[in-house]
Amino acid sequence: MTKPPPTLHRREVVAMLLADRGDLLVVAGLGSPAWDCTAAGDHPLTFPLWGAMGQAAMTGLGLALARPERRVLVVTGDGEALMGLGALATIGVQRPGNLALVVLDNERYGETGMQATHTAHGVDLAGVARACGLPWAFTVTGPEGLPELREAIRARPGPGMVVVKVLPEKLPLTFPPKDGAFLKSRFRDALLAEEGEGAGTRP
Amino acid sequence: MDLHPHPTADLWPAAAHGALRTHGVRAVGYVPDAGLREILLLCQEDPAIRAVPLTTEEEGIGLAMGAWLGGEKAVLLFQSSGVGNLVNALGAVRECSFPLVMLATMRGEEGELNPWQVPMGRAVPAVLEAMGVLVRRVEEPGEVGPAMDAALRLAYESDAAVAVVLSQRMLGIKSFQPEVEP
Repeated sequence: MTKPPPTLHRREVVAMLLADRGDLLVVAGLGSPAWDCTAAGDHPLTFPLWGAMGQAAMTGLGLALARPERRVLVVTGDGEALMGLGALATIGVQRPGNLALVVLDNERYGETGMQATHTAHGVDLAGVARACGLPWAFTVTGPEGLPELREAIRARPGPGMVVVKVLPEKLPLTFPPKDGAFLKSRFRDALLAEEGEGAGTRP
Repeated sequence: MDLHPHPTADLWPAAAHGALRTHGVRAVGYVPDAGLREILLLCQEDPAIRAVPLTTEEEGIGLAMGAWLGGEKAVLLFQSSGVGNLVNALGAVRECSFPLVMLATMRGEEGELNPWQVPMGRAVPAVLEAMGVLVRRVEEPGEVGPAMDAALRLAYESDAAVAVVLSQRMLGIKSFQPEVEP
């Protein structure tokens, strides 16, 4: 059985996910997913990782456990997710209902020359997530799956994961701010201000 | 359950756990170690603390970063061999000035029965310091609580990364159980 070729454009998928984002908190994995989220609009409550490859899902878990009343979305890539597969097992044990993960799967290491990742050879990340005990995980291969993708990510009790097969495109590098301390403080201060917890009140 | 199977283990687990409570730590990410057995039990039984088992120590970095972004504190507990698994992720901690507290129990030191533990054990302080982590080594059980208190204060009030490292001599050979830990 041959796979259908991907048809989805990653930036359109991310723009759809983040449109009218409401009170969504977003963690973006390093590389293209961070550029995709920035292209959809730099936002104080998006934390883009510039490093720590493999830690996007765990960062989302830490945030989701700290803020159970807020929906947390991790947007990352197949290479980044593969480097932190154990995180899916850890998330499967903790099972935070407010955490959702989207893997933009172009089956390539996009930042290093488009070399094939394991998903190009058939590794099924949604299957891994299900085997780790996530209540739902599925793969979207075309536009017919996008309404369910958005509904699941925004509203379905989690933790859950959607793998979105996307075209292996080289796109303009839309960078978020690079200063990590700024990104951290911007996110935390904005969140704590919304939650009425007095950001930046440390002596 | 007998929380103190070894009378010489002293009361450091209770003191360290007390420091976590005093500073409002809400989550503890861990990879188990024999030397951490009692403090892990205290954390697991504490309704104010969520104990999060990790598949690798590196996951704790993401956990702690995410917790802080959300306005909470997550501390990491692991055996010293796990320091080697942290390294690249610690770069994000440093670049972003995330506060971080880790409690590591040493292997590869005095009385070690597994020679494969020795190289990583010897490299622990150099590796941590190379990544910008302040290392506070503790040799006496009575120093653990104050060291944890100071580390938590330094980390969360001054955006520092701190590792409290408990010596194998202090933990004692008896903390390691040859019949279950090759």
